Parts: sequence; C-alpha cells; structure tokens
Amino acid sequence: MYWNEIYECMPREGLEQLQLERLQQTVTRVYHNVPHYRRAFQEKGLEPGDIKSLKDLQKLPFTVKTDLRDNYPYDLFAVPLSEIVRIHSSSGTTGKPIVVGYTRQDLNSWSEIAARSLHFAGVSKQDVIQISFGYGLFTGGLGIHDGAERVGASVIPTSGGNTQKQIMIMKDFGSTALACTPSYALVLAEAMEEMGIDKEEMKLRVGIFGAEPWTQGMRREIENRLGIVAYDIYGLSEVMGPGVAMECSEKIGLHIFEDHFIPEIINPETEETLPYGEPGELVFTSITKEGFPVLRYRTRDLSCLHLEECPCGRTHVRMDRIMGRCDDMLIIRGVNVFPSQVESVLMENGNASPHYHLVVDRVNNLDVLEVQIEVSEDMFSDQVRRLEELERIIKQKLDSVLGISVMVTLVEPKKLARSEGKAKRVTDKRQLKD
Amino acid sequence: MRVKQISIFLENKRGRLAAVTRLLADTKINIRALSIADTTDFGVLRLIVDQPDLAYQVLKKNDFTVSETEVIAVEMPDKPGGLAKVLEILDQHNINLEYLYAFYGQSGHEALNIFRVEQIDEAIQVLGEHHIKLLPGDAVYAL
Repeated sequence: MYWNEIYECMPREGLEQLQLERLQQTVTRVYHNVPHYRRAFQEKGLEPGDIKSLKDLQKLPFTVKTDLRDNYPYDLFAVPLSEIVRIHSSSGTTGKPIVVGYTRQDLNSWSEIAARSLHFAGVSKQDVIQISFGYGLFTGGLGIHDGAERVGASVIPTSGGNTQKQIMIMKDFGSTALACTPSYALVLAEAMEEMGIDKEEMKLRVGIFGAEPWTQGMRREIENRLGIVAYDIYGLSEVMGPGVAMECSEKIGLHIFEDHFIPEIINPETEETLPYGEPGELVFTSITKEGFPVLRYRTRDLSCLHLEECPCGRTHVRMDRIMGRCDDMLIIRGVNVFPSQVESVLMENGNASPHYHLVVDRVNNLDVLEVQIEVSEDMFSDQVRRLEELERIIKQKLDSVLGISVMVTLVEPKKLARSEGKAKRVTDKRQLKD
Repeated sequence: MRVKQISIFLENKRGRLAAVTRLLADTKINIRALSIADTTDFGVLRLIVDQPDLAYQVLKKNDFTVSETEVIAVEMPDKPGGLAKVLEILDQHNINLEYLYAFYGQSGHEALNIFRVEQIDEAIQVLGEHHIKLLPGDAVYAL
C-alpha cells in the first residue's frame, strides 16, 4: 500500500537523524559552492559546523524571492552548469523570472516523490493518466510526467489548453486519471456538459489537482461533476515542483516528504518559528537537492503543520491546504484577517466592488480594526437611520466572518487611496509606533 | 407640489461643510434651506437650493456622494398650533414623517416647513383635502 514504505513510514527518530545528516551535507555544500549563502552565513557569524541538531535550523538565514531574482540566472546553483540536466523557470510576470536547475540525481529524487504522490492517489500501472498541467518551463507538467512514468502508468502528455480535444482524448483513450489545476478541471467539466458527454461515458476515476489554492467546496464540485475522487498536491519550483507534499486517502492534510524537505511554520512578522498546530508562513529547506538547494525558503503561503499520527500510517508531517498568502494577511488579536474576506462580505451586501480600506491600530494594548467603506450613491440615503442600519448590517457580517469585532466607518468617496496596480488595502498603524 | 432636495454625505471632519457651501457659492447657487443630521462619524447635509439640478451635478462632479430626493414645502399659520395641526393630519392618515426642517425664506405671514415623508403622494392629497397650502418646487426655488 506504500510506494516507499521505508521512507514514508520511518519512525520520527530515524527520520530526524536522516534529516540532520542531509541538512548538514546541504549546508556544507551551499557554504562552499554558493557565494550568496557563504555571505549570508558570514554575516551571521555562522559556519557549517554550527549545525549540530535540527533545532540549529533556526540559526540559518532565510531565502526570499528577491534573493532568487538577485542571483538570476545561475548564481544560486551549487554545481557547475555541466552537471545540470534540466532547467525550469517561473513565469516572471512580476520581474525577472526565477531559474531553477536540476542535476540527474535531482530529477531522480523529484520523480520519486512525484511517483509517491501519484501512488497516494492510487494511480498505478493499470492507469491511463492524462496530464493537463502545462509542459515547458513550468514545473507542473514534466514533474508529474516523470512521476507517472515511474509508477508505470500510461502517460498522455496533453499539456494545458485545447479543451475540446482534451475531452475527446479523455473519452477515446479511456483516461482514468487526470492531473491539472483545479480550475481547469472545472473548465473540462463544463465543456463536457456543453458537448453533451455524460461523465458515465468516461473512465475517469481520480484527479490530482494543484498549483493554485482551492477550497473543499471546489473539491466537492469537481468530484460531483467529473464523477471522480479529487486529491490535492502541493509544490513549488523554488523548492522542487509538484510533489513537495501530497494528500493521502484520509484527506486530513498533505504529507510533506520530509526525507527531502524540512518544513517550518514561521510568524511572517517576527520570523520566529512556530510550534506544530499554529498557522503561519510555510518555509522549506531542501535537504537532498544538488543543483539548486534552498535554505529556509519563505513561500509566502499560509498553512499549518500537524504531527499527530495519520491513520494512513505515514509518519511525515501534514500541512493544511494553503489558506492564503501572507503578503496581505493581518494578525489582529491573534486572528488572521485577509482583506479578501472583507471584500466578499461587501460584495455579498450588493455593493459591487466597493472601495474599502482596513486600518489597524493598537488602543490600550488592544488591536482595533477599522473597516472604512466609501459611501457610493447606491448605498447613500438622506435618512441617517438607513445609513446607520447599513453600518450595523455590514459590521455584523464582518464580525461573524472575521471572528473579531470590527469598527465600520463610512467615508466620503475618493478619500481612499487609489493605486494603478494592486490596491493597497491595509494601513497598519501598529508598526509605526514601536 | 414636489420640491427637490439635495442630500450630501459628509464625514465629520473640519472644513467639510465649508467645502460644500464654498463650491455652491462659486457656482452661484443660493441655499434656501438647510439641515444637518449627524452621528459621531458622519452627517447628512440636506439642502433646498435655487438650482437643484445644477447643484446635484456640481457636487457629483466634485466627488461628493449626493442624492436628490423629493420633499414637500408646507405653509402654515405663523402662530401657536400651526405645526401641530399639520402633523395631526398626517398622523391621522398614518403617514410617516421622516424628518422636517424650517425654511428660511419669507412667504408673507406664513411659516414654511420642509417635510420628508415616505408616502409623498398621499401626503400631498391629504394635506390638500384639509386646505393646507403646499408650495410647488418652482415657487420654492424662486423665493
């Protein structure tokens, strides 16, 4: 029932010993081969020999996205280019792309964990898997592809797009497994319905979806409309690609393949490492990669780690499905608040894309959240009690959605800052004070 | 018999009322009657002006949240019991009064009040039946 029982079910003690040895090797390798890391170590007065236990991980410097950009394209590689056999890259929509390189051994590790992931979902040599993740520079397509070949499934590398043809192939070739983004799965379902093809005519039974955050509601919809069982897979190019973590049949979180990566959850503000069970930013240290190892890479993804025993018998720590990005998260009285939550309440209230702004302050040692909402003509009334009622309704909904009590303030239009790109939704006055 | 009233959303901040009145003054709009209802955070300014449509456009163009509502201008004897009588009539006919405020202009020896009611047609009819005088919009703007 396991793809690799020795590693998947390794007792914690043995696993931690393995992690420490691999971490020490990685630290030594980057210290000697990557100038960026050597500098970062020296700034902290740190030497590879200082990493004596897994706890010492916290002494290591973080790696952030700008470090990857600053070292574009190859300066973070820990081996000569001649050892690199594959190069992938991010899209680079917000600047220079991020370039990642893999040695032959890295590709071997990657296909191993991708195979493990597919095995979690019950994909085997009996399956015909249609891979509708994009192929090319994006890690999704080829990452799953190598894993699927390793489990011995019959692989159809359709890549993304060309939806009608995807459905024709799925039907005619008898695909039993589908790998793509969850949103593309719904596009396929929709097109299938439009083409008048019933899900019963398909052999599809399982789906592996990832590369974007999705909800349980979306899972149910995909499962109903395609008539399959849907699994969540997680990964990112900076760390490896798809297969950093995978949901087992228990569906109570994604097991992180700890024999290859050490996960941490940190408080994104203070950067301190948080204990299991507390939500925060996911951080990964790769401990087997040769070509492009990363130390404490800050993903900006928010999740939570759980060490409790999983009924599936695997000992690897589980992460919750990604609950958001920390770029726009506020922690108010210990509660995580996202501007998007406020937005959905306002939209629900019939105020199409209203302008709003969140102001956080600390009054008498207590965090206070004020939600400022521009009064549009639709919301406005010449009767004060109507406006007060509107404030009260919005406040009640926000209180219940956010889980904290907020202050709602109606403001005049055009008073809130406009920006050309992403709207700036938050003013945190707490940081200004210290 | 309907009179156009301009309402403006104002934050309770220094200078906001001045900004509105200055803008109207620069546009040569004359304010005939005014009332403010306020809470701790914001207020609603209600105005009867001589050129309501122009006022609406100018305010809107200058990024105020503004609305136009219809109210009635009720004339009553300027003596004890004048207002009470009018309110009793509305009450007897279950017409809900949202708010009212006094008009500054002079119309002979009568007092003029602005009424905001929900059932405006009914109010006009009922007050007419009781021989209460209502001023039409054009007459009010020209006062």
